[in-house]
Amino acid sequence: MAADGGGVMTGEVAVLGAGMHPWGKWGRSFVEYGVRAARAALADAGVDWRDVGSIVGADTVRGGYPGYVAGATFARALGWQGARVASVYAACASGAQAIDAARAQILAGLAEVVLVVGADAAPKGFFRPAGGDRPDDPDWLRFRVLGATNPTYFGLYARRRMAVHGDTPQDFALVKVKNAAMGALNPNARYRKRVTAEEVAASAVVADPLRLLDICATSDGGAALVLSSMEFARRHGTAEPVRIRAVSTVTPRYPRTVLDLPDIATDSAAGAEPPGETFRASIARAAYEEAGIGPEDLSLAEVYDLSTALELEWYEDLGLCGEGEAAKLLREGVTAPGGRIPVNPSGGLASFGEAVPAQAIAQVCEATWQLRGRAGDRQIPDARVAVTANQGLFGHGSAVVAVR
Amino acid sequence: MSRTRTPVVTGWFVGDGAEFRLLGTRCSACGSVFFPREDTCCRDPGCRGGDLAEVPLSRRGRVWSYTDSRYRPPSPYVTDPELPWEPCALIAVELESERIVVLGQAVPGITVADLTVGMEMEVVPGVLHEDAETTWTTWRWRPTGVE
Repeated sequence: MAADGGGVMTGEVAVLGAGMHPWGKWGRSFVEYGVRAARAALADAGVDWRDVGSIVGADTVRGGYPGYVAGATFARALGWQGARVASVYAACASGAQAIDAARAQILAGLAEVVLVVGADAAPKGFFRPAGGDRPDDPDWLRFRVLGATNPTYFGLYARRRMAVHGDTPQDFALVKVKNAAMGALNPNARYRKRVTAEEVAASAVVADPLRLLDICATSDGGAALVLSSMEFARRHGTAEPVRIRAVSTVTPRYPRTVLDLPDIATDSAAGAEPPGETFRASIARAAYEEAGIGPEDLSLAEVYDLSTALELEWYEDLGLCGEGEAAKLLREGVTAPGGRIPVNPSGGLASFGEAVPAQAIAQVCEATWQLRGRAGDRQIPDARVAVTANQGLFGHGSAVVAVR
Repeated sequence: MSRTRTPVVTGWFVGDGAEFRLLGTRCSACGSVFFPREDTCCRDPGCRGGDLAEVPLSRRGRVWSYTDSRYRPPSPYVTDPELPWEPCALIAVELESERIVVLGQAVPGITVADLTVGMEMEVVPGVLHEDAETTWTTWRWRPTGVE
């Protein structure tokens, strides 16, 4: 058995309920967004909060101490009822870690019903590191020494794709056009207006070659899921729930040769040969192996489009096409609604902006609604299998396979 | 009053002019190179763990990718809010013998329009910013053949 955190068929857990607080820039506390999302998910599940055995919060680093103990913060705001509590942090992958922690408790028999909640209240402008002089913190160093914001890393990846694969800024713009068209149909999205390629091209350059409309905003928002054992779901009268079949939370393998946030350099490949696949590809592979499926089985995918160019990277990392073929896939409409494998039917981060600890949970909310056939105007016909994919700062993989 | 020249990070680079070099560490057992320097343990999970000795990195490499900051970065990056922000190019350079990619700012005057992936670059000393007492020094990437 390879030590890759994947490859083992595990049991399934049921998604009884999904709920969100709409994304935006509301100027209120993350606690409010999380509680509203949690109440919506509990109502969707038809489960009383007092019957929830465990709550797992995905932390935010922007809410002070309550953000670091998000599970307890949400439990208190919902009303103390004695549930087991956990709080997890994995940057953009926090939500997937929270889902994974909840799943592990359910499969281990520690809890039958677990509430998973993530919410954030984002700053205006760039994310920045925590305060103080911390020269041993890579996240502090990249800002102090280089002024390297998150979009500059997105710019590096985009330029690399242009040089290696021949992608163009027009290709990147088409990702925004596709996602904005879906976001316009999503009542939980922050941006609900269609966008043209001309509008993308006319927006200001933020980090060459990427423009403002190529890069996701930072948003307020909250998302929650009620997960349970399959046995509880049956007793609860939910005969055919959406099920989570795999959660990939793998780390990279040494040496990692793609420059990643927040690092100033890659690992060196002078002492050890690099693995045969990139970190992002390994995230997807672990999820597929655990679920016993492949990319050909997918009905839809929700991927982390921090930038338009990054969405194209995910096509290749998920195995939707070969390396360097993503722009072709996009241009042929394969990843648009009506295509073979629609990507980001929610509208993606392009339409939501990022509410860090809520985002991976929101991806699973969309997958749940799609698999139930309840996604309204955004519905992908006969959706049976969905994958969500994402990557958190400091080496956190995040992918979930949900099925109906 | 003259300012003291102080590296923005201790132990990451050394020397002046043509002698300027980035400093990493190398594992005596497996040959892995680390930048920023790793002084505790070799991070290759397949390595039994050797001594980590300081080693100067190659002066030259080739552009892996590049971008720029069109907007003023937030603190702890230090800028003068009284002055208009000048976009700064960031270059990721691949060093052939170390098989590592190192990010750095371009020398002043070099913009993304001057760069292509694969172009040869060299590392040179630079000034990050100055305050009343200190000139904070750093490394910068410069296309070879440019003075």
